[in-house]
This record gives sequence, C-alpha cells and structure tokens, in this order.
Amino acid sequence: MAAPRAPLHLVMPVWNRGTRGIRGLSRAVALEGSQKKGRSLLQFLADRFYDVQALREYLLQKQVLKVHQKNRPFTYIKERFGPHAAGAYFILKQGGAVKFQGKEWIRSDAHGHFSLDFLKFQAVPVEAVNASGCAINYQGLDSLLALKELRSLWLQRCPHVDDWCLGRLHPLANSLQELSLAGCPRISERGLASLHHLQNLRRLDISDLHAVSNPGLTRILVEEMLPSCQVLGADWAQGLPSGPDEQSQDKASPIPA
Amino acid sequence: MRFSDQNGKMSEIKKKIQSVLPGGAWNPPYDTSYLPPEHSDVVIVGGGVIGLSVAYWLKRLEKPRGAIRVLVVERDHTYSQASTALSVGGIRQQFSVPENIQLSLFSVEFLRNINEYLAVVDDPPLDIQFNPSGYLLLASEKGAAVMESNVKVQRQEGAKVCLMSPEQLRNKFPWINTEGVALASYGMEYEGWFDPWCLLQGLRRKVQSMGVLFCHGEVTRFVSSSSHTETTSGEEVTLKRIHEVHVKIDRSLEYQPVECALVINAAGAWSGQIAELAGVGKGPPGTLQGTKLPVERRKRYVYLWHCPQGPGLETPFVVDASGAYFRREGLGNNYLGGCSPTEEEEPDPGNLEVDHDFFQDKVWPPLAQRVPAFETLKVRSAWAGYYDYNTFDQNGVVGPHPLVVNMYFATGFSGHGLQQAPAVGRAVAEMVLDGHFQTINLNPFHFSRFYLGEKVQEHNII
Repeated sequence: MAAPRAPLHLVMPVWNRGTRGIRGLSRAVALEGSQKKGRSLLQFLADRFYDVQALREYLLQKQVLKVHQKNRPFTYIKERFGPHAAGAYFILKQGGAVKFQGKEWIRSDAHGHFSLDFLKFQAVPVEAVNASGCAINYQGLDSLLALKELRSLWLQRCPHVDDWCLGRLHPLANSLQELSLAGCPRISERGLASLHHLQNLRRLDISDLHAVSNPGLTRILVEEMLPSCQVLGADWAQGLPSGPDEQSQDKASPIPA
Repeated sequence: MRFSDQNGKMSEIKKKIQSVLPGGAWNPPYDTSYLPPEHSDVVIVGGGVIGLSVAYWLKRLEKPRGAIRVLVVERDHTYSQASTALSVGGIRQQFSVPENIQLSLFSVEFLRNINEYLAVVDDPPLDIQFNPSGYLLLASEKGAAVMESNVKVQRQEGAKVCLMSPEQLRNKFPWINTEGVALASYGMEYEGWFDPWCLLQGLRRKVQSMGVLFCHGEVTRFVSSSSHTETTSGEEVTLKRIHEVHVKIDRSLEYQPVECALVINAAGAWSGQIAELAGVGKGPPGTLQGTKLPVERRKRYVYLWHCPQGPGLETPFVVDASGAYFRREGLGNNYLGGCSPTEEEEPDPGNLEVDHDFFQDKVWPPLAQRVPAFETLKVRSAWAGYYDYNTFDQNGVVGPHPLVVNMYFATGFSGHGLQQAPAVGRAVAEMVLDGHFQTINLNPFHFSRFYLGEKVQEHNII
C-alpha cells in the first residue's frame, strides 16, 4: 500500500484481505505480530476456542456417564438369583466387599475379578457391606436398599455419596446397626439430619467430614437425635486421623463451643 | 493556512464520516451496549427463577443449537423484591392436584442432578444446601379424610409419603403436642428445603453461557396488531399478535422497541399488570375478551426466631392444621416460620414492611400450642415477600392466551412457584417448540379455565 493512502485503510483492510470470516481476522493479526517460527500450541488452540470448549464439555459429560454406567442396576441377576445376590454382585463389581450371614468376607482381587460362588446362596441374606472408596451414587443405592437384613454398612471415602443418598437410607431402618460415613467429601450436617429414621443404629462414624461446617456441634446434635447410638469422630481433634486411640481421649476433654 | 493534523483530530473526524457512510463497520459515536437488541425471537418478561428456567429449557431443547434468540428482561437486577430471593425455599410433593405432584417430582430430580444440568466448564459446582428433612402436615378431625385421599393420590404419582397417627407422632417427635391432631402425613424422601438464591445464580450463569441476552429494563408497552375471524357459531373474534415490546431502560426515559415473535409472561407478582398492558381483559366482563388474569400481589411475612430448647436436628418442615408453619434454620436452634393470613386480614401489598404484631397475634399462639418448647422464644429478624397469588384457584397459569396468540403465561403459582420452576420451564419450552406438552400435561392449567369457570383447586396451600 502506498503511504499517502494508508490512513484511509484504517477500517477497511482488515475486512478485505481475503479473510474467511471471523477466524481469518485473528490469523491476519497474528501473522503481523508473531514472526517467530510457526505458531505455538496455545495460539493454535486459541484460534479454535469454541471447538476446544465443546470438546471440554464433551469430556465432562463422559465422566458423568462413566459414573452412571458403574451404578447401573443388574435386573437379570436380581430376577434369577434374588435381591441379595444382585446386591452382592453390584458391590463386588464396584470393588467393595460383602459378607453373607454365616460366611466369610468376599472381595474382588486387584484386577477386579471375583468368584461367582455366592450366586449359589439363594436365600442367605447379606449381613455386612464394605463399599469404602467405591463410586456408588444415588442410583446405585437401589441395589443396596433391597438388602433387607443388612446389619452394617461402610461407606468410607465414597466420593459420590451425598446428602440425597442419606435421605434414602430409611428402608434399612429395621436392621441397620452400624453405619460408617467417615471421609465422604459431600456429606454435610443436612444429610445427617435424615439419619433419625435409623432407630436401630448402634454405631455411627462421622469423622473426617469436610463439608460439615461445625463438626463438634453437629456431633452433639446427632447424639441428641439418636440417643441409643454411639457416635464416633468429629470432636475437637479434627486434624488428626481417626484411630483406636481416639476413643480413650473421648471422656476427659471438653468440646469447644 | 497550514493544515496540520493536531493530536489525531483529523483521523477522528475521518472515522466518524466512515462510520456513517455505507460499507464501513458500524462504530457508533457512543456506547449502546446497555440497550437490548432490536430483534429477538422470544422475550421473557421477568428474570426470576421461572423466567430463567424457561430460558434454560428453550436453549436446551432447541434444534439446531443456537436457533432461537432469547432475551430476558428484568427490572431489578438486585432481586430485592423478587419472590424467588425472599422465599423460604421449601419443596414438597404433598399436593392434592396430580399435576402439581408431577411438577414437583421432576423439579426435585432436577435439583438432585443440578450439577449435571447446570454445569459450566471451569466454574465451581453448585451447592444448593438441600435439607432432606421432609414435610410434616398435621390435620384436625375435619381435614383427616381429605388428607387421606390426598396421600393416596400422592402415592399413586410416586411420592414417598406415609400417614401417621397421633401415637406414632408422639413416638417419633416427642416435642409435638398432639392435642387436636387426628392424622399427619410425613414425606420421607425428596422433600425438604434448599437455598433459592443459589439456584437463581446457577441458572443465570448457565443461561448466560448458553447465549441468552439479559436486559436491565422494564416493559412499558406492547405494540400489537389484530385480525378478525369468525367462530363456527358466527361470532366475531379479535385475535391479537404482539409485534414489539418497548423496554424502558432503568432510571432513564430511553426505551428500545424489541421486535419479537413470542412473549412469555413470567413476571411473578406483577404479571397482572403485564397482562393488562398486552390487552388481556379489555372487554365486557363475562366474555373471553373481558377475562382478566386473576394474579395479584399478596404480602406474606416470614419470621426468624431463636429457641434454645426447641426441636432437634430431625425437625421436618412442620405445617400445622391452622396454617402456621415453621422449619429449622442451621445448627444454632434458629427457626423460620409464618402463617398465611385469612382473606380479611390480608395486608396491604404496597410495600414490604413487616408487621410484628401479626407474629404475636396469629403465628406464635398456634405454634406455641403445637410445640410447647416455643413458649419461650426470641424473634431475631423478619422479612416480607410477595406471593403471585392466583385469586381464582391458587394454582399456576401455564400456556398461551387464547386471544393474544403469542403471549404465554408461566405465573400465578401462589407460593409454590419455586418448587415447580424447573418443570414449568420445561413445559413452557415444549409448548413453544412443539405446540403441545410432551412430558407433563399441564392442559388443566390453561388460561381458558378462568372464563369457563373450571377451578383446579389446590387444597394444600401453605
């Protein structure tokens, strides 16, 4: 462009330089500025902002679908072998451990394989379930709620168990005696309020719940709510890991306001 | 005369001339970004939870993506008088009309999966602070039969509600005085209360990321055109179609005419005024043209008190047979509650001032009789909010107007709008995009019932 005509092209040339729409604009500007060898990866991604955005949304959706897939119900096993076997299969598939009444603990090995012998125990009820660390969520609880004679349920460090799931545990009120919710990141005092349906509960572990705003006060209120239940955890030593020595320190020290 | 370019003044003048001449980019000399666009496919009047829910579902159900331009017009971006922000936040399925139960069931599922529906990349997940403590409705001798039939309907629709006798009530909740209570219905799952402000902000954030435009202004005028047709019986009928919505900018006399295809009236307590602007109800009384939208503002008080010996953590949302209600708030023995006044005692809805004598005379006595621990309490604070009260039958109005053909209503929920908002939004979006309801059939909530006199009476209004 000749110099005297340059000022008049202030507005026009960016549009006219054979660009293909909006994307061409940034390319036009970029080529002027960065004369280094090739564009960096960041520039490449920034040119395709909406595509990257759509890809990230897709990946987010896929993660969610993965958890849903893990929590699908096993209706065939339930119809063929009964609700106890279906519940046991579900827990073992997730990586937990199951104990039938009168038998030993069954758990899957490091590769996720487990023996299917328990399908022979047709009418033997499941007594204890250890689902610690499993990706069990609201839908997955369907399989657990069918276990009408469940005595103890351990849901330690489950990342998807939240207040809504606790509101769903009331069908187990007749049999459940031990419940452990230690370390679940999504449980707060609002979900703990719905545990009052479980009148037969004798041991409740609510240590290490990060979403609870006031652990000491919550523990007092839960103890008032469930008078015949022993409530563990959530006292003044909040930073310390829960262990067997915590129970002996229980008696003497005051709980801070 | 020496012509020199002093400080770029020449280039400025050149820019101005270029912006006016055709063929150049439009660089207006002043900033107009506060004005709404000149064209929009759908204009939603009201930016509360119902309006935002309609916007969300419109953008979610549209095919192809980005097909519909939606504009939400909200007069007050601080939501200082909006019913959503001042709501107590309860959600229940214990209604008598089956459609209400279905709406509430879907809405609670939406809230449970809120982080899947309203997820925005890079933003933190929403925590609506749901308390799954359930609702406890108490009935005296007179209301026991109605309550039983209601619970039957609720169970049929899939709500988990159980009936309790006074004996069972005393065992479960020893702090209740069951004198005068014949029956109680208790929601075991999916009922409780949550934080409505969080839902509002979550919807706003998601809806903005989906491309809905917001405008801070007030709708002052509708420009419409009419056409005359004849019905089968030979009567003349005038159909109106709204072409433009005049949006007046806040604190200014400037307005922008927005050309639109559809208008959705989600203005809550002020829907009656918006409907009048559109010409609904202008005609001889007793005809369809003369039927006004019977939604008016009603003021309701909410009081927060502290009671040191009050009911514990398991307290549900208790609604007494007399209409007084209360629920726990937080861990510190604070309680929220109130009572709906009778028709004669309705307070003046002109402002949101709180009447503390109302608590002393009408709220405290029934609650203290029901929960003896409440005899010693101290009121900490109080506020007032509006119900978009439907004087006809206290249920929502959803669907298009029969004569003003492109105005859709989503209002009149009389105190249970928040808990039905996600489902109502989806129903209105289905009506707009497909012409009929697909998932929940809300035909009983059509506007024409006001003219035909068919009441869909909801008995469990709090």
